[in-house]
Amino acid sequence: MERILSYVDAIREATDQEMAGDSSVIVFGLDVDDPKAIQGTTRGLAEKYGQERVFGTPLSEEAMTGAAIGMALAGLRPIHIHIRMDFLMLAMNQLVNVAAKSRYMYGGQVQVPMVVRCMIGKSWGQGAQHSQGLHSFFMHVPGLKVVAPTNPYDAKGCLIQAIRDNDPVIYVEHRILHFQKGTVPEPRYCLSPGKARVLEVGQDVTLVGISYMLLECLRARRYLESVDVHAEVIDPIWLSPLDIETVVKSVRKTGRLCVVDNGWTACGAGAEIVTQVIERLQGEREVVVHRMGYAPATCPPTPLLEDLYYPNARTIASEVFDLVKGGRHHWLPEERKELQEIEFRGPF
Amino acid sequence: MMSEDTYERFYRSLYRIRRVEEEIARIYPSDKIKSPVHLSIGQEAVSVGVCEALRPDDVVFGTYRSHAYYLAKGGDLKKMLAELYGKATGCAKGKGGSMHLVDAAHGVMGASAVVGTTIPNAVGYAYALRLQRRDSIVVSFFGDGATDEGVFYESLNFAALKQLPIIFVCENNLYAIHTHLLRRHKDANLCARVSAYGIPAEQIGDNDIFKINERTKSVVRSLRGGQSGPFFFECLTYRWKEHVGPAEDFHLGYRSREEARPWMEGDPLQRLAALIPPQSREHIESEAEAEIREAIASAEADPFPDVRELLTDVTGD
Repeated sequence: MERILSYVDAIREATDQEMAGDSSVIVFGLDVDDPKAIQGTTRGLAEKYGQERVFGTPLSEEAMTGAAIGMALAGLRPIHIHIRMDFLMLAMNQLVNVAAKSRYMYGGQVQVPMVVRCMIGKSWGQGAQHSQGLHSFFMHVPGLKVVAPTNPYDAKGCLIQAIRDNDPVIYVEHRILHFQKGTVPEPRYCLSPGKARVLEVGQDVTLVGISYMLLECLRARRYLESVDVHAEVIDPIWLSPLDIETVVKSVRKTGRLCVVDNGWTACGAGAEIVTQVIERLQGEREVVVHRMGYAPATCPPTPLLEDLYYPNARTIASEVFDLVKGGRHHWLPEERKELQEIEFRGPF
Repeated sequence: MMSEDTYERFYRSLYRIRRVEEEIARIYPSDKIKSPVHLSIGQEAVSVGVCEALRPDDVVFGTYRSHAYYLAKGGDLKKMLAELYGKATGCAKGKGGSMHLVDAAHGVMGASAVVGTTIPNAVGYAYALRLQRRDSIVVSFFGDGATDEGVFYESLNFAALKQLPIIFVCENNLYAIHTHLLRRHKDANLCARVSAYGIPAEQIGDNDIFKINERTKSVVRSLRGGQSGPFFFECLTYRWKEHVGPAEDFHLGYRSREEARPWMEGDPLQRLAALIPPQSREHIESEAEAEIREAIASAEADPFPDVRELLTDVTGD
């Protein structure tokens, strides 16, 4: 019998199992022990493991990130949680200048095994500072690992890997992905860094979707099927290290690549993936490429503008259709109810 | 009253640090040391006074002005000099440099080139020690410049909230690079500010190595005895050399030689030297000189890192 869990429960279970198995694992962040328990991902942990191992913190992102590093240097495996990725901007000095560099600049004498869980928001008026997907900032920095699981199975396996990993891992969640349900085995398992997954096979175009945009890519694939375009859909899962081999293999077959990021395109994950693929295939195979992501603007909360700000299954299908057929065709599929976005209601 | 043994121990440590840095200053123009050096000359008493009160398993975090506390805490001299020379035998295999000295085996956990950065790391380390039921304590060294940074206050608050076994030691040398404390704060009463976080805070003036040591010993004793931390010391001291580099900088005009004179005249090294019989002093000095000579010679002779080191230690994979 398959066990179905939500993304939230998969995270909670991974944390619980790792805490039970390793007394050096601890959890903290703003509100981790409050009644809402980080959307439920930390529910019950404080009662089970005590306030010393599970605690809410002062609103001090920089110091608490620095403290996590100090704890990791002393042999703990801290999980530091932020309900929005935007808040990591307060902790950049510690993440970029210390966590990422300690192993190297101390000649391998120390390691910083820590997990930074953070969530990207979308819709219901999240606006300018509750919606940013800033994973590419961290992909830029050697010494940090970045993972963005898109389903409950991966959420559990990647979190366990991130906890056991001996390097700092930025674990990127998406608020809407929290509602995903799927098969999650009960025993503990790990998803190795740098392993992507081909979710759907197709020969016309390779679609890479990052974080929540993977879902939109899967829906776009269905729209494209209706016009006889068959997309191969890849979930990179780990953004750093990046499994470029799997993407290259697919593009070698399809000759077309579209990366849809849950962030801006400029200097983003899409730019990185496209460039690496072209570097590998130029001279061997003609390739056409395309990037999609947030509109180059600040996220507006008003619904009409917000809809335009994000790629969605239909706009992805439309642009991929052009990529495959060449030129501008202005084809936009009719909305299909079964392919609508999961409805999310606020306040957060 | 301290014993003659203690005087000699302190003198050995102070003398060794002073002479190592004087040698670094001497070698520096040769360009063999390609690392920005922030010399502690004039300030060593704080490092020695504090570290002489610690056990080997206690842990210190510090700043880019790192030579004094690294050596005072027991950091390996040969590895330090090799690090400055960028050699494979350096404490960080030549990949850290003067601003990132580390010796985990002796409780020197590292330093940052970004002001204030290691303060929360020290706090987190103290949290871990308590969770692991170890009775070691942590010392966080930083300069007065770090007290301008927001992370300092966030760190104080969390350390106080969790009553952590940590001693904050502010080496107040009055200047953040070239800018005086009074041009950076309306109210320079640092201890009052720290006390407001519920942390006992105490100022120790005059670079007084004995007082620094006695007060640290007493606080360490009570922390190990189970009394809750943290504790804060503001140690007044003075940097003789330029912010970074081997020379003096009185010609720049941001401070005067007159301001420096009482600090130089009250040099803790000379004050201590006067308390030790000449024969013992000579013995200590010649031992230190031999050790330093040997460390410099090996740093010069040691190999540079293998090219493969460029991509080693980026991650643990």
